[in-house]
Amino acid sequence: MPAVKKIRIIDSMRRTDIENSLKQSKRLDGRAILDYREISIETNVLQKTSGSASVKIGDSEVLAGIKVELGRPFPDTPDKGIIICNAELLPICSAFIEPGPPSEDAIELSRVSDRGIRESGMIDLPQLVIREGEDVFAVFIDIAVINEDGNLFDACSYAIAAALHGATMPTFKIENDKVVILEKVKPLPILSLPISTTFVKIGDKILLDPNAEEQTMCEARLTLVTDDKGNFVSAQKGKAGGFSFKEFNEMIEISKKKGEEIRKKIIKNDK
Amino acid sequence: MSKNNYIRTNGRAADELRKVSIKAGIIKNADGSAIIEFGKNKIIAAVFGPKEVHPKHMMRNDQAIIKCRYHMMPFSTDTRKNPSLSRREIEISKVIREAIQPAIIMEDYPRTAIEVYIEILQSDGGSRCAAINAASVALADAGINMRDLITACAAGKADGKIILDVDDVEDKTGEADMPLSILPNLGTITLFQLDGCLSEEEFKQALEMATNGCKKLYELQRNALMNKYFNNNKNKGV
Repeated sequence: MPAVKKIRIIDSMRRTDIENSLKQSKRLDGRAILDYREISIETNVLQKTSGSASVKIGDSEVLAGIKVELGRPFPDTPDKGIIICNAELLPICSAFIEPGPPSEDAIELSRVSDRGIRESGMIDLPQLVIREGEDVFAVFIDIAVINEDGNLFDACSYAIAAALHGATMPTFKIENDKVVILEKVKPLPILSLPISTTFVKIGDKILLDPNAEEQTMCEARLTLVTDDKGNFVSAQKGKAGGFSFKEFNEMIEISKKKGEEIRKKIIKNDK
Repeated sequence: MSKNNYIRTNGRAADELRKVSIKAGIIKNADGSAIIEFGKNKIIAAVFGPKEVHPKHMMRNDQAIIKCRYHMMPFSTDTRKNPSLSRREIEISKVIREAIQPAIIMEDYPRTAIEVYIEILQSDGGSRCAAINAASVALADAGINMRDLITACAAGKADGKIILDVDDVEDKTGEADMPLSILPNLGTITLFQLDGCLSEEEFKQALEMATNGCKKLYELQRNALMNKYFNNNKNKGV
């Protein structure tokens, strides 16, 4: 392993270009400040999973795969199935990512993705119980980042949402006190569709859907996750800068509106 | 129990903080330190630096770097915790670092590292907020140039009510937990997380409640520093 960790650097000329362009509320890739890049969602792309999705936001590409397997419940929630969610920054996704134990950023990405699903109650966990306190179904959600160009929080959120919406779970019977998994499958019980929106602050401008450069040079980042009832289910502020309360209230409004648009897109894709 | 005077299972009013005490300068060898007792939380924060950067390649020529480690002692929880850093602790170390950095005038200390170590001796929900409060006092105690103190406090929802300063039980049984840290004089939000479900109205209510909680903590932090440097609580000299 090389001793020096590679980090993405935006040189000062490029930075000035980005800042100057933002003064006119335009971004270098031609977008307005609250525009998303093109989002494409494809479901059931992997044969060996119970559900999968490939999501592209511009050049950011992530792949989510769901596996539903037999497991044991956590001792403090014997009446609920379990969710395990993990996101991995693969070394193929960028020149700045290397193999080895997960970095801080990878852990944050993974934990924020996990919270979005867990706290929204997206999966009807009591429905995953086979025998209370003994056997439950465990939903394993694994996300692979294939190509990194910023805003992985949203890409992972949409990939999980899309993959879970088309996902199935096995049926079972109990024979001689043993759980037997049958070949027939049924849809995974899904209750809501949480959608994440990520903002960054550069200068005095708030941008949606930052690309890699914008995300590297931004002062502060905020991810807000809303569900279909307009509730806020999870949030995470990142980067070593701050937001004012006014900016915060703006982002709350925008997040609800944009979340609704993207939700429609995912539902349409589902059908 | 009337609707207006809602009393929680732990006996607190909806907008009541747990008992908080902060003491600055408790570790001789550190450049700055503080201990905070926040309900049953007992947390030490110690600051070292500005000092030489190690490893060298992390050095920045134009500003300081901050290293922050949030660590829970094995005896700090109900069942023994593995002493190595968990994923949760790594994430919290990151968000705490990002919460305190906007307050520090980083350009004043080029080519140096400022190390912030946070040890949780006893945990009781809301430990990241308590830790930020302690770290902020420790940084000020170390004489690091700062724009403002950093104060943190959580709000949340339990039993259908919006409450201030969620404790361990309320966190586990409740519907939402929303830690917030601000720079109180500048009005900047530096840490924000949300776990759980809040409507827009509840969200705004919780944000306001947490902000008020932060302001109360600001006074306590200030008193802790006064106590050390002016020997009593009177605001002389400032």
